[in-house]
Amino acid sequence: MKEVRLHGRGGQGAVTSAELVASAAIDEGKYAQAFPSFGPERRGAPVAAFIRVSDKQIRTREKVYHPDIVVVLDSSLPSLVNVADGLKDDGIVILNTALDEAGVRKAFGLKCKLAMVDANTIAREVLGLPITNTTMLGALLKATGIIGTEALEAALDRRFGKLSEKNKAALKRAYDETKVC
Amino acid sequence: MGKRIGVEVSIAIADAVKLARAEVIPAYPITPQTHIVEHLAEIVANGELDAEYIPVESEHAAMSACCGAVAAGARVFTSSSSQGLSLMSEILYIPSTMRLPMVMVVANRAMSAPISIWNDHQDIMVQRDIGWIQTFAENGQEAVDLVLHAFRVAEDRRVSLPMIVNIDGFTLSHVIEPIELPTQEEVDAYIPPFKPKRKLDPRKPVTMGPVGIPEVYTEAKVAHDHAIKNSRKVILKAWKEFADHFGREYHPVESYKAEGADTILVTMGSISETAMTAIDKMRDEGRNVGLVRIRLWRPFPAQEFRAATKHAKVLAVVDRCLPPGAVCGPVGAELRSIFYKIPGAPKIFSFVAGLGGRDVTVERFEEIIDKAEQYSKRRPKELYEVIGVREK
Repeated sequence: MKEVRLHGRGGQGAVTSAELVASAAIDEGKYAQAFPSFGPERRGAPVAAFIRVSDKQIRTREKVYHPDIVVVLDSSLPSLVNVADGLKDDGIVILNTALDEAGVRKAFGLKCKLAMVDANTIAREVLGLPITNTTMLGALLKATGIIGTEALEAALDRRFGKLSEKNKAALKRAYDETKVC
Repeated sequence: MGKRIGVEVSIAIADAVKLARAEVIPAYPITPQTHIVEHLAEIVANGELDAEYIPVESEHAAMSACCGAVAAGARVFTSSSSQGLSLMSEILYIPSTMRLPMVMVVANRAMSAPISIWNDHQDIMVQRDIGWIQTFAENGQEAVDLVLHAFRVAEDRRVSLPMIVNIDGFTLSHVIEPIELPTQEEVDAYIPPFKPKRKLDPRKPVTMGPVGIPEVYTEAKVAHDHAIKNSRKVILKAWKEFADHFGREYHPVESYKAEGADTILVTMGSISETAMTAIDKMRDEGRNVGLVRIRLWRPFPAQEFRAATKHAKVLAVVDRCLPPGAVCGPVGAELRSIFYKIPGAPKIFSFVAGLGGRDVTVERFEEIIDKAEQYSKRRPKELYEVIGVREK
């Protein structure tokens, strides 16, 4: 079972991202859960969402304490929130950042495995909006292979209808530009 | 059979209510039930369900409108949580003794104070004695299935009682997980149209809900008590037929690795899944432990529960409710009663855990089982223990 924590700000679509990944995994015949951090959430405030994906039936309602994967949608969050909190030893943090590896390690003190992409620029150029949730899914696909591209694209089509093409383009570009180190 | 999809449990419940062809939905939104009634409002506004959605001014009005609508012969659904459910309380006793069938989903949540929107079972335990049939769901699929089952049972003329399906707020209501929704044809084949014995009709006037003078009040209450006890047969038969129609089997209590177990953990609701994981872990470590989960809470399945635990030496009962000043949590009290003076009865230890959204983890279940086994050798000072209390 893989456990994922997504960090974002209220309104950036962390919960939607979690839902897209879980429903894509379920379409692939796997078991999955997606859920928000339970509570009153406010636009702009730091929020989290969670995903579990497994080949076997998932029998837990615990919160996610030790994620395998952390995805950070907002480039300002790693300086405010300990994004690597509880991360497994071989876990990975996937960041939206314009910094390079050395810059990230220095700025945020992260020693774990990293994947990085400048999702702000991609989202602005492709979607015309600084909403990075679908863009960061491209980085998640590249860095982890937690789900297949086809199933995720089908989930995007279902969720976004006409807007799906743009989101898929942003996801594809993020996939190509993500650096794993 | 429908396709297995990833969907939020609340949305799937609303879709199940649509498949059950509810005709009147009086509802007032409250966290964490909100997504259920919001989605139903959407379904009705989109013309996907031919129903009257009544956005009432309070839960008190919601339940009052429910009563009126059932009395007029409609299939009725509503949903609530916590303080909202308590605001209904004055009305909740009325449809049950008046034998007005309807279905309510309660997304279980703590009671204030302090204010908490998070999950436990205190809201429904406040309403324990309202005389509704009550079930508890473990996961999203079961929530959907129990809603369909509830319409089938409640409206059966031999039952004619309102039913509550309890789902844990947030930990179930807000989770996206795999759920199979049946087709309309399948649901139509399982739930026949609602044909009440009598209804409000100006052409054939009847009086409903008159005063019960001392000469008849006791008899009315006893008739209600008989009705809910006798509903057992219909509840079981409807589950059996559910299995025939949809392939999923349900029983009043569910056992997991409990056969021959010395110590049995007892749970209700969605924490049972985490509890199963704890049992797996302890079994791997060579411990002779198992789990029994209560699905049917009212009428209480004493017979089935005793049968499921007859070889156990110790029961570790987990309540999600702390009634201050009581001898223990409501589930613990129920079990102590059904085993009273029964020869060879297991020793019963009562624990309270998971209040107001506090997570009940695998480690907590291990702690509960360990403590129950210790207490079976050395009697504890208190009749119950609250687990996971921070000391500083």
